[in-house]
Amino acid sequence: MQNFSAFALLRRAFGGHSSWQPQWRTPEPKASYDAIIVGAGGHGLGTAYYLAKEHGMRNIAVIERGWLGGGNTGRNTTIIRSNYLFDESAALYDHSVKLWETLSEELNYNVMYSARGVMMLAHTIHDIQVFKRHVHANRANGVDNEWLTAEQAKEFCPPLNISPNLRYPVLGAALQRRGGTARHDAVAWGYARGADDMGVDIIQNCEVTGIRRDASGAVMGVDTAKGFIGAKKVGVVAAGHTSVVMAMAGMRLPLESFPLQALVSEPVKPVFPCVVMSNTVHAYISQSDKGEFVIGAGTDAFVSYSQRGGLHIPSHTLDAICELFPMFRRMRMLRNWGGIVDTTPDRSPIISKTPVPGLYVNCGWGTGGFKATPGSANVFAHTMARDEPHPINAPFTLERFRDGVMIDEAAAAAVAH
Amino acid sequence: MTGQFRTAKGGRIDRAQKLLFSFDDVVYEGVQGDTLASALLANGVHLMGRSYKYHRPRGVLSAGSDEPNALVGLYRDKARYTPNLRAPCVELYNGLMADSQNRWPSLRWDIGIINDALSPLLPAGFYYKTFKWPAFAWKKYYEPFIRAAAGLGRSPTLADPDRYDNRWAHCDVLVVGSGPAGVSAALAAAESGARVILCDEQAELGGSLLSDVQANIDDQPAQAWLAGALATLARHPRVQLLPRTTAFGYFAHNMVGLSERITDHMAEPAAHLPRERLWQVRATEVVIAAGALERPLVFPHNDRPGVMLADSARTYVNRYGVKPGNLVVVATAHDSAYRAALDLHAAGVKIVTLADQRPSPSGPLIDAVRDAGIPLRVGTSVTGTGGGTRVRWVSLSSNGVSSEPVVCDTLLMSGGWTPSVHLFSQSRGRLRFDEALQAYVPGQSVERERSAGACRGVFGLAAALQDGAQAGAAAAKAAGYASARANPASAVGGEAGTGGWLGLVPGASPVKAFLDFQNDVTAKDIKLAVREGMRSIEHIKRYTTTGMATDQGKTSNMNALGVASGALDTPIPQVGHTTFRMPYTPVTFGAFAALSRDGLFDPARQTPMHDWAAENGAVFEDVGLWKRAHYFPKSSEDLHKAVDRECVAVRQSVGIFDASTLGKIEVVGPDAAEFMNRMYINAWTKLGVGKCRYGIMCREDGFVMDDGVVGRMAADRFHVTTTTGGAPRVLALMEDYLQTEWPDLDVWLTSTTEQWAVIAVQGPRARDVLAPLVEGIDISAKAFPHMSVAEGRIAGVPTRLFRVSFSGELGFEVNVPADYGRAVWEAIYASGQQYGITPYGTETMHVLRAEKGFIIVGQETDGTATPDDAGLTWAIGKAKKDFVGKRSLDRASMKGADRKQLVGLLTENPATVLEEGAQLVAGPKQPVPMTLLGHVTSSYHSANLGHSIALAMLSGGRARIGTSLFVPMPQGAIKVKIVDPVFYDREGARLDG
Ligand SMILES: Cc1cc2nc3c(=O)[nH]c(=O)nc-3n(C[C@H](O)[C@H](O)[C@H](O)COP(=O)(O)OP(=O)(O)OC[C@H]3O[C@@H](n4cnc5c(N)ncnc54)[C@H](O)[C@@H]3O)c2cc1C
Repeated sequence: MQNFSAFALLRRAFGGHSSWQPQWRTPEPKASYDAIIVGAGGHGLGTAYYLAKEHGMRNIAVIERGWLGGGNTGRNTTIIRSNYLFDESAALYDHSVKLWETLSEELNYNVMYSARGVMMLAHTIHDIQVFKRHVHANRANGVDNEWLTAEQAKEFCPPLNISPNLRYPVLGAALQRRGGTARHDAVAWGYARGADDMGVDIIQNCEVTGIRRDASGAVMGVDTAKGFIGAKKVGVVAAGHTSVVMAMAGMRLPLESFPLQALVSEPVKPVFPCVVMSNTVHAYISQSDKGEFVIGAGTDAFVSYSQRGGLHIPSHTLDAICELFPMFRRMRMLRNWGGIVDTTPDRSPIISKTPVPGLYVNCGWGTGGFKATPGSANVFAHTMARDEPHPINAPFTLERFRDGVMIDEAAAAAVAH
Repeated sequence: MTGQFRTAKGGRIDRAQKLLFSFDDVVYEGVQGDTLASALLANGVHLMGRSYKYHRPRGVLSAGSDEPNALVGLYRDKARYTPNLRAPCVELYNGLMADSQNRWPSLRWDIGIINDALSPLLPAGFYYKTFKWPAFAWKKYYEPFIRAAAGLGRSPTLADPDRYDNRWAHCDVLVVGSGPAGVSAALAAAESGARVILCDEQAELGGSLLSDVQANIDDQPAQAWLAGALATLARHPRVQLLPRTTAFGYFAHNMVGLSERITDHMAEPAAHLPRERLWQVRATEVVIAAGALERPLVFPHNDRPGVMLADSARTYVNRYGVKPGNLVVVATAHDSAYRAALDLHAAGVKIVTLADQRPSPSGPLIDAVRDAGIPLRVGTSVTGTGGGTRVRWVSLSSNGVSSEPVVCDTLLMSGGWTPSVHLFSQSRGRLRFDEALQAYVPGQSVERERSAGACRGVFGLAAALQDGAQAGAAAAKAAGYASARANPASAVGGEAGTGGWLGLVPGASPVKAFLDFQNDVTAKDIKLAVREGMRSIEHIKRYTTTGMATDQGKTSNMNALGVASGALDTPIPQVGHTTFRMPYTPVTFGAFAALSRDGLFDPARQTPMHDWAAENGAVFEDVGLWKRAHYFPKSSEDLHKAVDRECVAVRQSVGIFDASTLGKIEVVGPDAAEFMNRMYINAWTKLGVGKCRYGIMCREDGFVMDDGVVGRMAADRFHVTTTTGGAPRVLALMEDYLQTEWPDLDVWLTSTTEQWAVIAVQGPRARDVLAPLVEGIDISAKAFPHMSVAEGRIAGVPTRLFRVSFSGELGFEVNVPADYGRAVWEAIYASGQQYGITPYGTETMHVLRAEKGFIIVGQETDGTATPDDAGLTWAIGKAKKDFVGKRSLDRASMKGADRKQLVGLLTENPATVLEEGAQLVAGPKQPVPMTLLGHVTSSYHSANLGHSIALAMLSGGRARIGTSLFVPMPQGAIKVKIVDPVFYDREGARLDG
């Protein structure tokens, strides 16, 4: 792998940058692999990376319907935080944040993880109770999260309007300083480059159309646009389309897929130092390094696989942005888009073996799985390689919905992103 | 300064009306009808901006919304600053103040140009390869540095005082774009009687006709015909003309979003006018007549100020009476630039050379140029420019041989035309690559929509007029106007011409050959991306950021595709194209929000007694949409003092509380009891008429969803109450089951939340207060015991009177029709004066119920508590075969001994009030992560008990009663004793008072 560094950039500048090599190959699929990952999003590519790196499985392929990173990985608002309520979630997301902290070095690819602080606004007494519960639980779990008064919130984020005359005045905020953002494309590309370098075949423009099983019911491989590809282990990481892919193995998952939208403004000079989230009025905003405000909107009320939602959804979010930051009213929307998110009944993911031998699934990340990319990939690789879950993902089974052992972050706060 | 580049006559400007304006604090003169760009050009100013990445000096490239370079900030006053506006789209008004952006200290001398010198080190994606070491430095140094260098204009800094408006409209035919195709379409549709909306993003309707001074339509000059056509349209009562209105988005089912700019062009906007209006138009049929965009040529230093699109220069001359320069070179790959050369020539501009990279162009325009004596060099392409912040010369080359530099002050270029397929693509129609045109054009439609004219590759005036008329007539017909006919106007002139080129000019180097001007993406960057393995056009776009600037690649996407296609050695249709995203051009946030601000941000629901509470000093809290009285402070009381007083008053005498926000649902029908049996965990069959029961409802997964008292008004009629926030959810769930699972049940559900005002009167004197007012109900303890309900009158008003208590005291809840709420409240309040009746708010209500160990759904429970967890097993109708959630409750995990259960907590120090949300642990000194056993759900100082109390959900809680645990706090652990959750009047004797 060609090293990426300032020095390398300088050296190659003299050759007009003509000696850079592809960051990943464009291979044709082999007849079979030891393992196949379906879906080249961040989670799928990361899984391949850790399978190769930590579990020595190098004869593997990631199969992608479109272009790698083109799903929700390349469409999300990149909010990263780990101040989740339940012990199980806090452990999973914090495992991820710890990996984020060194991911650029790990991948020799600048993923621009920027721990600029994520602030969640409380607008009602109920919000305060819920957020304080998070703060206390997080502290006991070793996850940073602190309570701010409205004035302290404003100090941390000067554009914030804390007027008591707001329809839902800001009563305080929970701040996770280690939270922040990262560059989504770089995460996909960095993992792709790293995995490719260890021999992983990333096969793009190749939709998986079937999962074949042998007489005993165990996985044999997948049918694809490029023909049958054999593998004894198949991991499905297809986000909003996971239910479709898993149905190919005859499994119905407790997932609903919704369009979730986001938008960016035109770029301006830095004015917004952190990430602000308000679940009560539905506003999620940060400013990218490029200068655009990156704004997360909500999901449509109905299920759909079309990557577009109604205009009223971003419109409603902009209502809230204009309330909380009235100085941004004259800013303009530059681009709006949607992705399909797969939500579970308890809004926690499924990272699990399945009743089908050799078939594994990592899904249900819904509106907030980007932040978990490294951690999820890491424990899923462990699960696939050893055919048993890592202690961190052991609670995130498929069976919990049958057994009622939920990890109900939805009930706890129902915070998106 | 005056406009030395202004032509003597012609154009759609009024030379007599002078306007003063400033750009970067220099005052200039323009005239009515100018845009900021045309006025600056008239003053010889080409340098209008700096590029995003390399801070290269940039002039205005185009005359429309595709402008990537000339972005300015407009300053009306302190609170009305708007960044990133395109100078060609800013209409000039007297006193306009504009600033250039992204430069320091000045536009001419910008320190950021250093990036340009460093550009060999800053190829596409450089930031992915560097700034990684040392790790801490990214956040501390690199990122702040990159952020400061990036961005374009400045954000406004004060709240925007302007108003915005929304409008919703329907029409038979929406026509987007008012060039020849759009106007013809609107005419054809309007003549058939259809309701038509015609919108155009420009200040004047007419599109390309506004720049045409040669062609004739129906034997009149094109602009005269236009004026007549627009007058005809304006006379149609069913036609709405919307200039300054951009169709920015195409949504499902023919919903098109329009953004109308109303006051930005006015020197002094009238106060009553909104600044912008956002339309949502639902059209039966849509005609897209959005025209085409001219493409730049790609060659080194094609971005120098003074380099412009040829047809834009023609617009400046013909429409705005401005000469872009005095010595002009035209470089082209398409016939249309010949027309620009001819028009400039006619306006007295010297065309030094017209260089056509095609070896043997021919046609009427070429002949006309030859006839006009303009020096023409065919087979000659432009390969570079020279000069500083303005073009001084250009290099031309034929057959690989470069000639000596050609001196000039302006270079006009044309790479041909790209149909504007943005809206079509947004509608999810499939694009088709037209090999002959070398362009993407609309393919299969998916909406009731048709494209007409240049946006579908039908070029040339006559063809556009005809195509538009046919589309307009077809649309009207499809919308039900059978008589619709196309009677296209005839045209002479305005020939289509041929030609076009995608990507790098033959023989030119890719270095500093800009594709995306704003984001500084060069042909070399695209090649690098491909070299690095980016094979999908989406990867190329994201890696190089081409097409991601504020113009969304209007002038660059096709050229980038051309370069990529070459680098990938793959034909364009196989390379594909990136997705077109809304909005077509940026739309103001405020226009989306429009009236949804302040009080209208979210409707505030107020109870009938709201004003009384406000007049009596209540402090309100938001609960869902409701405003609820939180407490009633007297003079200097804070929350705690007021609540202590209110709590004591209720237990010692009597209090009055507004419970109107509770959700209310009338459940009626022969199967009402059966329906209730299925929805609630309780049994209802045996509940007598005139009796109440505390009902609990679970979700299908067995967790508590809502609760409330239910009164049986008749055998077939229940008065159901829900929590304040839960009302819509409960009704929706009930309807869901009724309509999808149990359609056989004969039951009707009606939300009555707003119909009833509810006045809770609680305390030992409650009966004494009400007795004098009640008629027709015997409210004595014996005749009307706890959990009774009856209908009668109170203060002369019909009532449903409940004997219920959420305080633990003798209590009544008076339901009266909402309109009488305040009158009855006041009557009760007056009657209670002799007992010192005390109004109290939600906080006191919470304390009183916590003293009694009553849960609040959503506070004690969080969606993970079963009825048993909440101590409500007694409520389950044991004999019932089924109810929602029952099967889930049978699962092993729902019965574990370590489930979190409701308990009470007492602190050692009676004055210590625990923090709600605080955690419970066994050993306070254990290492992090600690083993968390539960958390404090409610915690108050109890004035009645003289000490603090708390409720908690605690793992295996009931078995721990009597033991001690710790609450770890940053300042140290607090020891707590686990107790029964009922702190007050455990026997319930006071309820029966
Ligand atoms: C608008 C929006 C905003 C968001 N904001 C945030 C946020 O702020 N913070 C946060 O943490 N999360 C956020 N999320 C969620 C986050 O994006 C996702 O949870 C996460 O990126 C999922 O990653 P993934 O790798 O699992 O999925 P993806 O990146 O979607 O990858 C799945 C891949 O599977 C492929 N695939 C599907 N079917 C097949 C098939 N049959 N054959 C082959 N390949 C197939 C898809 O093409 C896709 O590339 C947001 C999501 C959206 C849509």
